[in-house]
Parts: sequence; C-alpha cells; structure tokens
Amino acid sequence: MRIQLNGAWRDLAALAQDARAAQGATAAQCTASPTLAAMLRLWGYGSSTVATAVNGEFVPARKRDEIQLHDGDRVEVLAPMQGG
Amino acid sequence: MDLLRLYDSEMTSRLLLGTARYPSPAILEQAVRASAADIVTVALRREAAQLRAGQGFWSLVRSLGVRVLPNTAGCHSVKEAMTTAHMARELFDTRWIKLEVIGEDDTLQPDVFGLLEAARLLVQEEFQVLPYCTEDLVVAERLISAGCRVLMPWGAPIGSGRGLNNVFGLRALRAHFPGVPLIVDAGIGTPSHAAAALELGFDAVLINTAVAQARDPVAMARAFSLAVQAGRTAYLAGTIPARDMAAPSTPVIGQAFLP
Repeated sequence: MRIQLNGAWRDLAALAQDARAAQGATAAQCTASPTLAAMLRLWGYGSSTVATAVNGEFVPARKRDEIQLHDGDRVEVLAPMQGG
Repeated sequence: MDLLRLYDSEMTSRLLLGTARYPSPAILEQAVRASAADIVTVALRREAAQLRAGQGFWSLVRSLGVRVLPNTAGCHSVKEAMTTAHMARELFDTRWIKLEVIGEDDTLQPDVFGLLEAARLLVQEEFQVLPYCTEDLVVAERLISAGCRVLMPWGAPIGSGRGLNNVFGLRALRAHFPGVPLIVDAGIGTPSHAAAALELGFDAVLINTAVAQARDPVAMARAFSLAVQAGRTAYLAGTIPARDMAAPSTPVIGQAFLP
C-alpha cells in the first residue's frame, strides 16, 4: 500500500518495519487502512501544529481519527509558513 | 482616534506587513517591531516532520503579539483556494482570509472570476474575506455584493516594486466605494509609494518584498511606518488640488515698487 505524503509516495510496508522498531506498532496497524491520525504519528508529526487534507479535501483535526487512508490516497500536511 | 476598521476589528496601524523573504527570522522579528504593524500575513506550506520549519516560524509569530492574516497564495483554482482557506481557519484560528486566486503567472494577477466564486462560497461559510483584486470597479462591486467588506486592490504586480501603476483607476475605486476599507496590496516599492496610496485615501497598505529585500529591512520597516503615518495625516488634512499654472504663494498685495 502506497500513500502520497506532501507529493512523495511512501510505501507503508517499509514504514511499518521502522515503526515496529521505533514505536512497537504492529504491521497490521500500519498496513490495514490506518487512520490519518495514526499515520501522522507514524510519520513523526506528533504534536506539531499542522492542518491536513486528503485527496484535496480538508480534514479537520477532530476528524483525523475517523478518516481511514487507502492505497493511492494523497495526504497534504501543511504548517504555518512565511507569506505575503 | 483614527482607527483602521477591518470587519469587527480595529487597528491602530495602517501598515500590514508580509513575513516572507527576510534574510533571517531575527530580522523578520525586528522588522515587524520596527514597522509597528498590528497585522502580519502568513501562509501555509508543506511541513516536513523532521525539519519542523513551520513550528519554529509559528512560535516566532505568536511571540510578536500581532494579528495574523493567512493568505491563499499560489492557489490557481477555486478548489485549491477553498481547501487552503479551510486549513488556514483551523491552523490560525481566524475567520480572516486574504483570498488570492492567481490567474496569470507572469504578472500574478488575480483570476477575478475564480476570486469572485471563491469569495461567495467562503462568505457563505462565515469567513471574513479580504480579496486580492485589481482596481476593476465592476469586479469590486461584485465582490462587495458577495459579502466582502474589505478589498485589497493591487498597486502593481506582486514583488515588482513599481508602485501605483494606475493612479487614475485607484482613485476611481476609492471614489466609488467611500465606505469600504481599501488596502493597496502588492507592488509597492518605496515608502513614497505607500504615502501616495494613503494620500489618495486608501485605508492601509500591505508591504512585504520592499521591506524584506531592502538592504536594511529593519530600517525600511520603520521608513514605511513613518510614510504611512505621513500619508494618512496628509489625507485627513486635505491635500490641495493640482493646477497647471503657477499661483504665487507670497502675497502680491503690499509689494514694494522698486523699479
């Protein structure tokens, strides 16, 4: 299963290996339609102030636990940045 | 007291400052303080989990005690702008959005059709929209009809530093909408451009590149602050009309006869 994070494809199977070592997560947790919230933790966003969108649609923070990701999904994780 | 009113907020300063393109975060911080701006603009960009660049920037901005105006810079479609606005509302906890829908990449001029559509939708969702527009009167009228209570017409293309490209058009815009706060956004290069905008009766200016890319951004921020104050004071004082022929300022009555 592959998910695009900020424009780059990420292979979840490979990520799951690292995650098991780092956080004690199981492969099943990482590969079977994980939630957006779980993936954000896995990707290392932790408590960062970010806003999220999946496939071009805004996902509010309170909904991240409900949204399940599937093969081919495009996730955008944005943060405050300099702007004019 | 002469306050700038934007939606339900009142501000002392008539200078809005962008936060991009400064040599360093420290200089950005000093420039914001020197500008005395009450509002700074911010954007949203992709965050790499390891770098956490946005987190550092955000804590810096919060420490400044200013209000933030998030933008939808770089958005070329209504959909992109809408999604970005939704993300900005959550991230920055504000209903304000500086709405940009870019229509042309060389001039970065707004796609006014997309802008109007996005503005209408966002107003329905109770956003307080500050649209980046041109001086086009018809577009301005439509944006106001759509529920925009502030307009941000360009002076010149973003980052060009050319000043007020169409003074006649801007003056007409000011005259047509006397009760609408108008902020000249984009294209201002020097403090004299900013002063000229305020003298024309524009309520405020938004400056970024002209400060951030100056040799000394902190000093330039202060110069813009002074220029905006001068321009506003002059506008309230009432400037004289221009004329083609000379009019002696020294009284001619009582002049000595010294042939």
